[in-house]
Formats: sequence, structure tokens, C-alpha cells
Amino acid sequence: MSDVFRNKVDITLTVNGEEVEARVPAGRHLIDFLRLDLGLTGAHASCEHGVCGACTVKVDGDAVRGCLMLAAQADGAEVWTIEGMSDTGAIRDLQDAFVTRNALQCGFCTPGMLVACEELLTRDALPERDEIRDYLSGNYCRCTGYEAIVDAVEDVAKARRGLT
Amino acid sequence: MKASAGGYARARDLSHALDLLADADGMGRVLAGGQSLIAAMNMRLSTGDMLVDISRISDLSGVSVQGRRLRIGALTRHAELGRDALIARHAPLLAQAVNHIAHAAIRNRGTIGGALAHADPAAEFPACVLALDAVLHLEGPEGSREVRAEDFFVDVFETAIAEGEILTAISMPLAEPDEVQMLKEVARRSGDYALAGLCFVRRAGGVRLSVLGAGSTPLLARAAMARLDMEDIGGAVAALRGELNPPSDTQATAAYRRHIAGVLLRRIWEEIGGESA
Repeated sequence: MSDVFRNKVDITLTVNGEEVEARVPAGRHLIDFLRLDLGLTGAHASCEHGVCGACTVKVDGDAVRGCLMLAAQADGAEVWTIEGMSDTGAIRDLQDAFVTRNALQCGFCTPGMLVACEELLTRDALPERDEIRDYLSGNYCRCTGYEAIVDAVEDVAKARRGLT
Repeated sequence: MKASAGGYARARDLSHALDLLADADGMGRVLAGGQSLIAAMNMRLSTGDMLVDISRISDLSGVSVQGRRLRIGALTRHAELGRDALIARHAPLLAQAVNHIAHAAIRNRGTIGGALAHADPAAEFPACVLALDAVLHLEGPEGSREVRAEDFFVDVFETAIAEGEILTAISMPLAEPDEVQMLKEVARRSGDYALAGLCFVRRAGGVRLSVLGAGSTPLLARAAMARLDMEDIGGAVAALRGELNPPSDTQATAAYRRHIAGVLLRRIWEEIGGESA
């Protein structure tokens, strides 16, 4: 077997604004790297085949599935998790709206949900309720029935446009 | 579950990627966006792969017009296709398809080449390239070759890509000024795989109609196409239902999928102003 294929891969990336160097197993997916190696347990590992959205994090500006990207592929990437996005205050209004609107109960889906909601609001400043639902179809919530989440996103969209 | 990879190597460029595949002793697996492959690895449907990560090869990405054809790099991501002006103008079917593929976070990573090489018969892009009469460009140790979409899809998850080859680009004729391109499908929920779907293209040379989710490969519905060229929608619907061999599973029966395909064809026909019969 050729020695160019590595079982362990050296990576350097930025996570929540801080540079991180690590050696990761080739098959380690990004969400396990963030949770188990870096202790960033905000985003969750759940279905591990891209369906539930609980592992959604931000990579190079895009919301991505942490379970469908290898840590090895994140070499050189800029990764943001809910911890960093909370610390910078970037989505404070969205988080407040989730609380105000009761858009979470157990909170398991919330970190991934917030990343997806934030991406929607940066791409479409004033989405219709249907569009919000459609965009969030890849993030499962088993508590709220989604209505309150759509309310929260709608509130923030209007507030950011100065419509309330 | 957790993925089990045999090894990982990042390709610097196409020739490096081909060398890596040749080095992998038949265990080589091309990793692009990973939105199907890593899911399969997590489920241990695929283990011990020697991953050749081509995702950093920048000249395999992007959309351009070359002469009278549209050329799409294999690494162009779904989300990029969805907002690309050249796609919107010259291959709007692909832009329509993007809205049906999975969810936003998946579209941010998934690539068109990956989707085609994966060849899921329920996926949108394989049926699209069939309807668009696209050509798939392959690069291998022996050089490059081209395969028409009609000859590309061999079976479920099986294509004409030979061992050691990489899909590098897809090209297709530019849409004619009054060409119609339309994708319609029925899925139980937003982002789910469709129970059945149709890709409809009408250009000067005639109608091309392909079906997704209705067999072991995307299907070019030749009998229905012949009827549509005669403006015979009733005959086309009957022909379409006759030439489909869809699966029965927990989502839908084969009979229901056949029914949906016919309903979708009638809806397309009405939308483009055809006479109903």
C-alpha cells in the first residue's frame, strides 16, 4: 500500500476565531472533532447521516453538516460553532427571539437550528413563513412543532429590517 | 455510527488525483463534497476506502460557456449552481433541480459531479443531465474520454466511470431561445427523495423526458417522448406509465409512482400551454 494515504491527518484550522492544530484519524468527522477533541459540545451528533441537522455548524461562511464533512477536509477552514457565535454576540437577537417565542424546549436541535436560521436571514432578509419552513426542513425539532421557531425567525427578520 | 476510512490523501491537482487512485490498489474512492459518501461511510455501507480528496482542485469548479455549449466543472456545488447566472440562462432545469435537492446545508457542500458519479436513481441531477442530453467528461490514466448521459448510468449507484477514472466536467448544449425546461416531482416532505419526478425539455429537435425515482437508473422515456412530439398527451401519459418500472417500498407502491408520473406529465403539459386530451 502506498504511504501517501494517511490514517492520521495533520490539520490547521480556525475555530471560533482561534487557530487550532491537530492530528485527526482519517475517518473522524468534523462534529466529533469539535465535540470530542475540542470540547465544543454545543452542536450535537445525532443521526450521523445528514438528515436531522443537529450537527449544523458554519464552515467558511456556509452552514454545513458536521457529520458529513471529515475533519481532515477542514484543513485551512474557518469554523464557527454556537459557542463562538454566542460569544461574539453575532446572533444575540435570534437567540433572544427563541427565548421570547418559546422556540425551544429540550434545546437539542437549537444550536444547529440557529446556524441554519442565521444563514437564511443573511441570504433572504425578509423570508415568508413558507420559505422559513422550507429552509428549516433539514433541521428536526421534536419538541416545538416548529410554529414557534418560525415565529422567532419572522420576528428577527422584521426587527432587522426595522419593521417592528 | 462512525466512519471507517482506510486512509486519506488530498489531491493537489487532477494528475495527482489520478496517481493517487492508481496507488490505491482498487480501494480508491474519490471524495468530493462527501454528502453521500460520508453518510455511507458513517453507516458502514462503505468501509476501508482509500479516500482521494479532490475537493481542493480549483480548476474542476465553475461554470462557463464554451462555444455553443455550457460546461460545468464537476466540483461545482449545488448552491453555486442555484445562484449562477449562466445556469439560470442556459440550463434552467439544473437551477430548478437545486431547490429539490436535500436541504440548504447539504446543497452548500454537495457537488454536481459527486451526485452524478454516485448515480442514485432517485436523485435529480442524473435525470436532469439525461433530459438535457449532456456529455460527461472523464479523465483517466489513459487520457480523457466523453460519455453521453444516455450511456453513463448503468445500474443503481453504477456508472460508466472505469476504475481509476475521475468525472471532471459536464457539458450540454445551450438552451435555445424558446426552449422549455421544467422539473416537477412529488416528495412527501421538503428535501426528501421524490416518490417520482420528471425532467421535461422541449427544443427544436423534439421533446426529451426523463424520470427519476422510477427504476434502477434515471430513465429516458422514449415512448412518451415520441407521443409528445405528436402533441398526444393522453398517449404520452399511457406510454410513460407503460415504460416505467418503479420500486414498491415503504414510501409508495409501484402503481402509485406510475400514477404520479402521469399526473406530473399532465401538469407540465398544461403549464406550457399544451392541449389536454
